[in-house]
Amino acid sequence: MSLRLEHVTYTYNPGTVYEMHALKDVSLDIPDGQFAGIIGHTGSGKSTLIQHFNGLMKPTAGTVYFQDEDIWQEGYSLKRLRSQVGLVFQYPEHQLFEADVLSDVCFGPKNQGLSKEEAELRAVQALRQAGLKEKYYRSSPFELSGGQKRRVAIAGVLAMEPKVLILDEPTAGLDPKGRDEILDQIAFLHEERKITVILVSHSMEDIARYVERILVMNKGEKAFDGVPREVFSHYKELERMGLAAPQITYIMHELKAKGLLADTSAITVDEAKKSILEALEKRKV
Amino acid sequence: MGIIKARKLKYDYIKYDENGQQQDCYTAVDQVDLDVSQGQFIAILGHNGSGKSTLAKHMNALLIPTEGSIWVDGRDTAAEPELWKIRQKAGMVFQNPDNQIIGTVVEEDVGFGPENMGVPTDAIWERVNKSLEAVGMTAYRHRSPNKLSGGQKQRVAIAGVMAMQPKCIILDEPTAMLDPNGRKEVLKAVHELNEKEGITVILITHYMEEVIDADRVFVMDQGHVVMQGTPREIFSKVEELKSYRLDVPQVTLLAWELKQAGVDLPDGILTTKELVNALCH
Repeated sequence: MSLRLEHVTYTYNPGTVYEMHALKDVSLDIPDGQFAGIIGHTGSGKSTLIQHFNGLMKPTAGTVYFQDEDIWQEGYSLKRLRSQVGLVFQYPEHQLFEADVLSDVCFGPKNQGLSKEEAELRAVQALRQAGLKEKYYRSSPFELSGGQKRRVAIAGVLAMEPKVLILDEPTAGLDPKGRDEILDQIAFLHEERKITVILVSHSMEDIARYVERILVMNKGEKAFDGVPREVFSHYKELERMGLAAPQITYIMHELKAKGLLADTSAITVDEAKKSILEALEKRKV
Repeated sequence: MGIIKARKLKYDYIKYDENGQQQDCYTAVDQVDLDVSQGQFIAILGHNGSGKSTLAKHMNALLIPTEGSIWVDGRDTAAEPELWKIRQKAGMVFQNPDNQIIGTVVEEDVGFGPENMGVPTDAIWERVNKSLEAVGMTAYRHRSPNKLSGGQKQRVAIAGVMAMQPKCIILDEPTAMLDPNGRKEVLKAVHELNEKEGITVILITHYMEEVIDADRVFVMDQGHVVMQGTPREIFSKVEELKSYRLDVPQVTLLAWELKQAGVDLPDGILTTKELVNALCH
């Protein structure tokens, strides 16, 4: 019962001609330790949704619960919430500001009230978890490559030791190897530290490979919610929402249409390979 | 001579300390030879920091080579006193849709380029109409750009370049910040410019699927061009690409994996259709 939204609605500029419903009656529940993915085209309400998770936005109607507590009740500490629910924004490297990498990562834990020594300990650990080499700890963040900066920014959130880690497009603009490295590192953290991970991504291939559950947002509403192979089986509806399924889904459906009895619910290269090899074997017999 | 020609192109980023003394030097592009003919669709791949963007910035004289030369439409960028002449021939579109729109109305933004060039008013409108039509944004001409989606903004940026009637358009990761739909829209617009208007396209991207229709692909690593060829030639070398921190499209990877497992398939399969036909013959 880690994160729960009940009938959450968010309206921009309520009562004016610019009134716009960014979220419409969204209810969902993300249990502890889940690796969830959120997809939706630009303007579907994804960003508004994740900003409700750590109290950056207050619902116009409805309730947000973290560990069964209403985060907008009187006396609830939003500051504590935000150190437990860490949010890594899109292009987080634009938010780096300290003179060197280590100080930048120390900023969060210091704000939590930790001593300099404790904060540095946390920072070193977080940088290690984010996969940044030790030789860069004293460099200026601005001398690093895109992928390295991104790691520093993610470490900045990890250093607060959040229970929930939300990442908004953590791999945008990275090369394929950098993309895999960052996502593998996040998957590893999820395994190792049992933290809840919520990944927002435009890459259906990445979503298919890593998450155990997909939430599809469309026009401010939850359109689908389920395990990846189930959600991607609605690939035609997803397309109408400006989304798509992984390329593999299309291959499998085409193969079936042409008479090769492969499993259309395969969504990763490995699954597809296995299923096609089996189908080819059967065809021989 | 082609539209872009580079010989032994080298570019150093030099870092100075507080006293103006040279502190550090980083060679971003090294010994690059490049020939692009008019009307080609070229893709450049390479990992972050491989030198792609530095190379691209030489193609419209935003950077001038440290050593070697580059000619854009026959003009040597280092010897050209009027750089704007080069920038008219080779326009650039960048990654972030929010960083390159200046007008408050779509059609004014598109007209900014030709207006700056001193094109007569009637002709500006003609160009604006034609450019918006070409990227499919005519219906939005009176809108405010900040109300558009990322893909629409990028198409407006492309129309803005087109209105200057360039011979060549360079796109530096134009789809990196877009959702799947926006990506499709932008690519479609770019392909149409290439096919219908004959504009040379140089597309820099990290999305391998965007490259399969290119005429020629260049792969960069540590400032050098390390591979070049047709998409099929490039993507049949799965392991070599991986060594440069790159990837192949999912369908190509699947075909390659199946082939490794003993299935009889041709090399360098690029599309779903090719794979399906090869498996269901």
